[in-house]
Amino acid sequence: MNYQIDENGFYGPYGGAYVPEVLFSNIENLGESYQAVLNDPGFQKELSRLLKLYVGRETPLYPSPYLSGLYQTNVFLKREDLCHSGSHKINNTLGQVLIAKRLGKTRIVAETGAGSHGVATAMACALLKLPCFIYMGEVDIKRQFPNVERMRLLGATVVPALSGSKTLKDATNEAFRDWINNPVDTFYVIGSVVGPHPYPDMVAQLQSVISREILRQVPDLTGKVMPDHVVACVGGGSNAAGSFYHFLNSPEVKLIAAEAAGKGLDSGFTAAATFRGKEGILHGSKTKFMQTKEGQVLEAHSISAGLDYPGIGPLHAWLHDTGRAQFIAVTDDEALDAGLALSEMEGIIPAIESAHALAALSHLDFKPDDVVVVCLSGRGDKDLETYIQYSNFKKTSHENI
Amino acid sequence: MKIFEENRLKTIFHSPEKKVSIYFTAGYPALIDTVQILKLLAESKVDFVEIGIPFSDSVMDGEVILDSHKVALENGMTIEILFDQLEKIREQVSIPIVLMGSMNPVYQYGFEKFCRRCNEVGVNGLLLPDLPLDDYENYYRVWYQQNDLAPIFMISPQTNDERIKRIDMLGEGFLYALSGNSTTGGSSEIGKSSDYLKKLLNHKFINPVVLGFNIKTKADIKFANQFADGAIVGSAFVKTLKGGFDKERIVHFLEDLIE
Repeated sequence: MNYQIDENGFYGPYGGAYVPEVLFSNIENLGESYQAVLNDPGFQKELSRLLKLYVGRETPLYPSPYLSGLYQTNVFLKREDLCHSGSHKINNTLGQVLIAKRLGKTRIVAETGAGSHGVATAMACALLKLPCFIYMGEVDIKRQFPNVERMRLLGATVVPALSGSKTLKDATNEAFRDWINNPVDTFYVIGSVVGPHPYPDMVAQLQSVISREILRQVPDLTGKVMPDHVVACVGGGSNAAGSFYHFLNSPEVKLIAAEAAGKGLDSGFTAAATFRGKEGILHGSKTKFMQTKEGQVLEAHSISAGLDYPGIGPLHAWLHDTGRAQFIAVTDDEALDAGLALSEMEGIIPAIESAHALAALSHLDFKPDDVVVVCLSGRGDKDLETYIQYSNFKKTSHENI
Repeated sequence: MKIFEENRLKTIFHSPEKKVSIYFTAGYPALIDTVQILKLLAESKVDFVEIGIPFSDSVMDGEVILDSHKVALENGMTIEILFDQLEKIREQVSIPIVLMGSMNPVYQYGFEKFCRRCNEVGVNGLLLPDLPLDDYENYYRVWYQQNDLAPIFMISPQTNDERIKRIDMLGEGFLYALSGNSTTGGSSEIGKSSDYLKKLLNHKFINPVVLGFNIKTKADIKFANQFADGAIVGSAFVKTLKGGFDKERIVHFLEDLIE
């Protein structure tokens, strides 16, 4: 089975470039040049230098005594939370802003949900000296205000997205609209493995530094050549694509994607696109997303703003259909419990997004000698308020019993 | 199939006069207004109409049309209802109709069934801005042809000459030339891309060329007609519908707009 894009930018039936004519030449130009740029030794040298000295790579593959004990196996955390900016997002933004400069673009736009991608874009733009405009849903601006201040401090202009549900999908629409109005000078830095070709593949390649390091680290730490399981959370799916990338063609490595079930798959408040979505065309590609039978896009719900997106990237839709990856739906409460437990037991506060991957472990069976790698995609500083509220709520409910 | 009768949209371009088209969103401002607005436009000097299929996430559209989509969806507008409305009124109005919208609602309705229903209810052209030319050629063209549905494509200042040629070869009815790089109802002045507009004038097209986006007034239409075979007014018209269907206001707007 092939898990790479074909010459037209499709993973099986998913992907492609469904964009209005104004954007066609940009997409075509990027599609023709991105692979050459990514392969260019000069580009690779510059990006590697920044990933090492600016981001702080490589990130540790940390053996977790707590999780290993809990599941009677060998659990390792890929510590993307230790990246500068606080998540894996910066692996992608540095790469894309460097590509934008090579293409002669002078202005950056990006969308953000929780603010992680917005902050990582603002940092890359500050470092590489390009003005940037970050679209963020008005609702998200309110619930993630510290990140809004961070982006502003980094010199970015934060533009509220006022249309639709005023969350990530609408911020994405607004970023596309900005690009339609400024196609000549502007580069759109998409934050996940979504959007028109070549974005899903380009972002997957930029994030594949995660699986490249895992591939090197596992033999050093375990004596095994490959991990047995790689687990990652999926909103659009960039940290999962990056964690899976070098294992896609190694069927002995089980790939597990944790989706946000929100308040439950049948609650009407969910973001689990493979469970509740169907094939359609959104944000420039053919993929799976939640929609009405008339094809209107549904609002997603997840406690984690980073997973609060109605669709998934085309690669993941394909991994789902082919059975290459197993998709598990994790509820808000399961994720919060897993995040709080890791904080208490191991002194690591994970982003609520990443806590979905931790919670997925309880849905799986492991052998004692299995090597299980979980991508800890981000840190939970941005989520303190949610964790504290939930923790207090649980204490109160417990006392009442 | 109407084999012997030419598509009405194509017929109107046989005459040399410049054409004016109006865009409005199906089901806006009220669900049933599609029919009244269409009747009114058919009685006016407007040459053909474009009816927008509302979509929750239309990236091509600016504030005014986005708002109309939102209201239309809240009103319960669907493709099925639109076809029913058109079917009932089509005997009474002969004005050519182009449907315009994002791919996904059409894709979910079923592309073949959609084209067949277009033919049954008298739709003459279809414009889906995010439909790739390759997909059109590989999968959908046959259904347009079987149902006498003119495929309308856009060109923009970003479209290179080679691609313009390809689009002109594939398109029928007319080519929809964007007045500039923008979403609908943008504030940018038309005529900003003067090299592009001159190119439109000098290029030998197979199809008539109609200019759209940011055309709001009689003066804009006059300007557009220097370069093209006609002009389309969208957001400015949709704005006059805000607050409810008002026949007098619409008639007044059209009188101001068209010579």
